[in-house]
Amino acid sequence: MKIPDLAELALRNLRESLLRNSLTTIGISVGVASLVAMLSLGIGLQQLASRRLGKSGLFDTVVVTSRRDLRNRNEDHNGPTPGESRVLDEPARQEIERLPNVLEAYPDIRFITEVRYEDKPHLTMISALPSSAKSNDAFDGMQGSFFSSDAAPEVILQKTFAEELLGKTPTRGGAEPPVADVAKPLLGKELTMRYAQRAASTTPPSPPLANAPNSNNSDLAGAAYSVVSREQKLKIVGVADLDPESMRGPARAKVFLPLRLAEGLHVMQPTDLREISQAASGQPVYASVSVRVKNPTQVQVVEDAIKKMGFTTFSLLDASQSLRTFFRVLDLFLLIFGSLALAVASIGIVNTLVMAILERRREIGIMKAIGASDGDVKKLFFAEAGAMGILGGVAGVALGWAIGRSINFATNVYLRRESLTPDNFWAVPWWLVGLAIGFSFLVSLVSGLYPAARAAKLDPVQALRYE
Amino acid sequence: MTTASAVSSARGTVAIRSESLCRHYRMGETLIRAVDGVSLEVRAGEFIALLGSSGSGKSSVLNLIAGLDRPTSGSVVVQDRDLAKLSREELAKYRLHVVGMVFQSFNLIPSMTLAENVELPLRFAEVDRSRRQNLSTDALERVGLRARMNHRPSELSGGEQQRAALARALINRPQLLLADEPTGNLDSHTGTEIMNMVREFNRELGMTVVMVTHERALAERYAQRMIFLADGKLIDDRLNDDNPNAPAARGMGEQS
Repeated sequence: MKIPDLAELALRNLRESLLRNSLTTIGISVGVASLVAMLSLGIGLQQLASRRLGKSGLFDTVVVTSRRDLRNRNEDHNGPTPGESRVLDEPARQEIERLPNVLEAYPDIRFITEVRYEDKPHLTMISALPSSAKSNDAFDGMQGSFFSSDAAPEVILQKTFAEELLGKTPTRGGAEPPVADVAKPLLGKELTMRYAQRAASTTPPSPPLANAPNSNNSDLAGAAYSVVSREQKLKIVGVADLDPESMRGPARAKVFLPLRLAEGLHVMQPTDLREISQAASGQPVYASVSVRVKNPTQVQVVEDAIKKMGFTTFSLLDASQSLRTFFRVLDLFLLIFGSLALAVASIGIVNTLVMAILERRREIGIMKAIGASDGDVKKLFFAEAGAMGILGGVAGVALGWAIGRSINFATNVYLRRESLTPDNFWAVPWWLVGLAIGFSFLVSLVSGLYPAARAAKLDPVQALRYE
Repeated sequence: MTTASAVSSARGTVAIRSESLCRHYRMGETLIRAVDGVSLEVRAGEFIALLGSSGSGKSSVLNLIAGLDRPTSGSVVVQDRDLAKLSREELAKYRLHVVGMVFQSFNLIPSMTLAENVELPLRFAEVDRSRRQNLSTDALERVGLRARMNHRPSELSGGEQQRAALARALINRPQLLLADEPTGNLDSHTGTEIMNMVREFNRELGMTVVMVTHERALAERYAQRMIFLADGKLIDDRLNDDNPNAPAARGMGEQS
């Protein structure tokens, strides 16, 4: 029989016992719907996670430190191998920035110092932000604006620090005041930051510092500088409710400066002084440099390139890989659970078709008597199973889409009530639609195998005798 | 009374030949010999009646000729095809192209209209839709049901249903028409109507007709030759001398 004839006869037969076939088809569609709903949530969560992580910069950032530094710490004062070691100074930073797939490489500047607001001193951790941090979703709910330029004397405050400036003590467990309330009295106001500037000095070198572990290293004597106390006035442009954990590089800092401004201040770094002392030229030397890579997939390549240059690198690549594995496993579980309902539905198909054989025994006998081959009968039952599969698949995708959407909606209502940011953690990509319908079709055909074979084997003489 | 061998030597090609044809069933412990060593020959264009009481094996013989059943032993050769040696697929093709069947209970598919019922064999034969429609319209025209082609069987009388079944049996232009008690469910008037059509097909289209019936009167009126069965065995095979209009008898008369 030709395929259009098969389809026509199959649909006719489905219409004949409409109730039973509709129920079976609904069964399939529920199965497909559960599959689609499960996977759409799995995929949505994965997309959400990679969207968030992509924005947070955790997975496209490589932190570069000098190899020597680590070596001395780990290998118990063995001293550096001069060929391998390299100073992480400005030329090195520029070289890293020129590597393919690197968006930017900026030094991590972080220091603790005193900030005055309305003549009250507050000791805090200050960190520099590159202008690219603007796209970081940590600043999504920020009040005010981002730095007007990379060197503007402006500052962004972390919300808890802003509260501290206002003299409010954070109450544990109590309702936190919205960022807007904290920001209103502070935006546009001025802060005074006091800091220690490292300035090239003509005076003899100061005695070795006690906290430098390798102070016996004679290299130190070559570098001389003085520390000058300075003040810098800063305008508060933004207050953000930052989650320090989601931040790149300058974690746990509470006051943020534009990167160029911070660099220009030449603040004494609390990090290893030895590095600084080894600066061959007047170029600044950095404790660490953060490298932003175009795409998380290129992190490994960039890391390898930087390692070849003689630096130590660190990235969360491993973490992102295990995250990917996690989602793959999650998807697999969701797929298995979703498929369970479809498996139950497939039993429904077998049942319906076996019933149909009993009911249509005579019809099968007639068809055989007038010339239908075993293959014709088999194909007809297959076509019926397949038609139910496709119909159920289409209905199921629609239903699953609706279920996923509802769950997403309900969760967002809940999130809003808990004053959390709603997000979209649900997605039905086209490939999932195709996959679900195809899978449903396939499962239905497999379910039709046994009934079709049984119908085809029916003895026409017996079948015709059956009333 | 004329013997069967005399008849076969008298006329054209052999359409059906069976030799020691047996069909045995096992029902629990007992062996049922539904057909037990039947040897017969039917020539092309003949109209024969298989007569016998119920359980005599006449329907079993018909099913074996129709290729719906396979012999336990012996052979049945139709139009040079040894049915016992055909595969299931070949048997289906044989039923589709060589045989047309009508049954006592009409056996139309209730969910289909008359036109769809009639064109069903053409679907199995993979005939194009437009040609299928032409052929089924013609066939229904021939049996006088063109006006009712879009009705379902349940909306028709028994006689009309059997006419539709005849149209379906004819649609593939088979050489062989097999009828199993075709008037069994009809009153005598419509039964006559149906039988006249069968006779018409036999005469005008040259179809070989094998009709199973338990009504001797019906057989005597239409068949050229009557074969009597009892307990699966052939007990009598005679030309119908009482049917002067039958072409075979007439042919015999001309020859002798």
